[in-house]
Amino acid sequence: MQGGNAFWGYVREDGRVGTRNHIVVLACMDNVNPVVRAISQLVAHTVPITVWYGRGQFGRDADITTRALVGLGSNPNVAGVLVVGLEPVATWRIASGIGETGKLVEVVTVQESGGSISAVAEGARLAAKLVKEASRLHRERVGVEHLVVGVECGGSDTTSGIAANPCIGMISDHVVDHGGTVLLSETSEFMGAEHLLAQRASTPAVARKILEAVRRIEEEALRRGVDIRGANPVPDNIRGGLTTIEEKSLGAIAKGGTRPIQDVLEYAQRPTGRGLYIMDTPAPACESMTGLSAGGATLILFATGVGNVIGDVLCPTVKVCGNPQTVAAMQDNIDVDVSGIIVSGTTMEEAAERLLVQTLDVGSGLLTASEVFRQQETAIARFEPTV
Amino acid sequence: MVRKAIVLHSEDNVATALKELHPGEEVQLELGTVTVAQDVPFGHKFAVRSLPKGSPVVKYGQVVGRVTQDVLVGQHVHVHNVESCRGRGDLAQRHDGGATDARG
Repeated sequence: MQGGNAFWGYVREDGRVGTRNHIVVLACMDNVNPVVRAISQLVAHTVPITVWYGRGQFGRDADITTRALVGLGSNPNVAGVLVVGLEPVATWRIASGIGETGKLVEVVTVQESGGSISAVAEGARLAAKLVKEASRLHRERVGVEHLVVGVECGGSDTTSGIAANPCIGMISDHVVDHGGTVLLSETSEFMGAEHLLAQRASTPAVARKILEAVRRIEEEALRRGVDIRGANPVPDNIRGGLTTIEEKSLGAIAKGGTRPIQDVLEYAQRPTGRGLYIMDTPAPACESMTGLSAGGATLILFATGVGNVIGDVLCPTVKVCGNPQTVAAMQDNIDVDVSGIIVSGTTMEEAAERLLVQTLDVGSGLLTASEVFRQQETAIARFEPTV
Repeated sequence: MVRKAIVLHSEDNVATALKELHPGEEVQLELGTVTVAQDVPFGHKFAVRSLPKGSPVVKYGQVVGRVTQDVLVGQHVHVHNVESCRGRGDLAQRHDGGATDARG
């Protein structure tokens, strides 16, 4: 593709580059969500991140939650974080992790503040200070190699596999070819296509990790004695013409493009290098995007068919749709219309050129539909029961 | 030209409708003309080759499931006559066959 090698981003202390300049009010656990919401209501230009759980989790599950919270606070799209918790131990664990990235970090705990009202007042003053400091920062022109693109699909139908996902796949290849990073997730949507991904693994060990990640999901279906269909593909996928998980997967993996796969990351894990990576996440959009965002994605390209409006809280999420009926019916929520591929003979290359321009504009600050309409949510995936 | 349907790979035995199709409608495809035998909603599939019960459904040049009954050229191919070969814990239970059996 022509051009499209640079964008305007925020260069952070650790060298990573953000597409946004958020001040986050971050809940470390679910029991402080109301305090987080109240602080964010009082202080303009703050982004509240509320979570479920965070207490009573242990082992691998607790590690993943901690990694995800630290990862969200450390995302390059974040200038500073007010970490909110009930008590100091868990709260400082998260705050210290985020502080290692050199970001502005402040902490408020409800127990130390002396109740919810005091915590909100103290938190609001701290958040206001962060917002003012962050407003001094400005964008710089940087190369596409600094972009970390998460690719996602939701509300998929057969147009996703024919138009939107392959179009996003061309952007994935472009970003990787220019030294950037792409994260492909939603492991259950590799099922039936994992052999094609494994063929692209950079080493035999990575190929084994890809096959193993998919095998675990299939073993879970066997252990529970259930047909995965209904959970994936979900009913709206089926209404949109997708019959089996294999069919959905073959369409879904197209968004990852065609380049070699460097490694398989765990949920919310940061890639160690550049290029195309797989992140092992659940398929539902909020859980998957939260994992990508916590792993350092700074922009998400989101293919939808029958329509899914949700975006990530930290990553601008570009909705790409190839279904002409959805584009007409849900135009408020669609950022890039690629239905010309289906209805009027637009070539994939033409559509991808337009998507690349839009991607870099969004990276430089252009707002997306989900940002403007606040259709954003965070959901850290849970992998084990709570005690 | 606005296409009525698309076959994504030369080995495919199904086409995807790019508009709502009705019985008797003729669809030009690279492999020839196929007459649609049933209503096929936008984005859904129909057979471009006859598919005897149990045979694989091929899209993107890959197996995406198998038909649970005989399907004739032009008939709608979807969840009513196709089953997935993957993630089928229910089959393992029924046949007591484990993963190998479920994958078929």
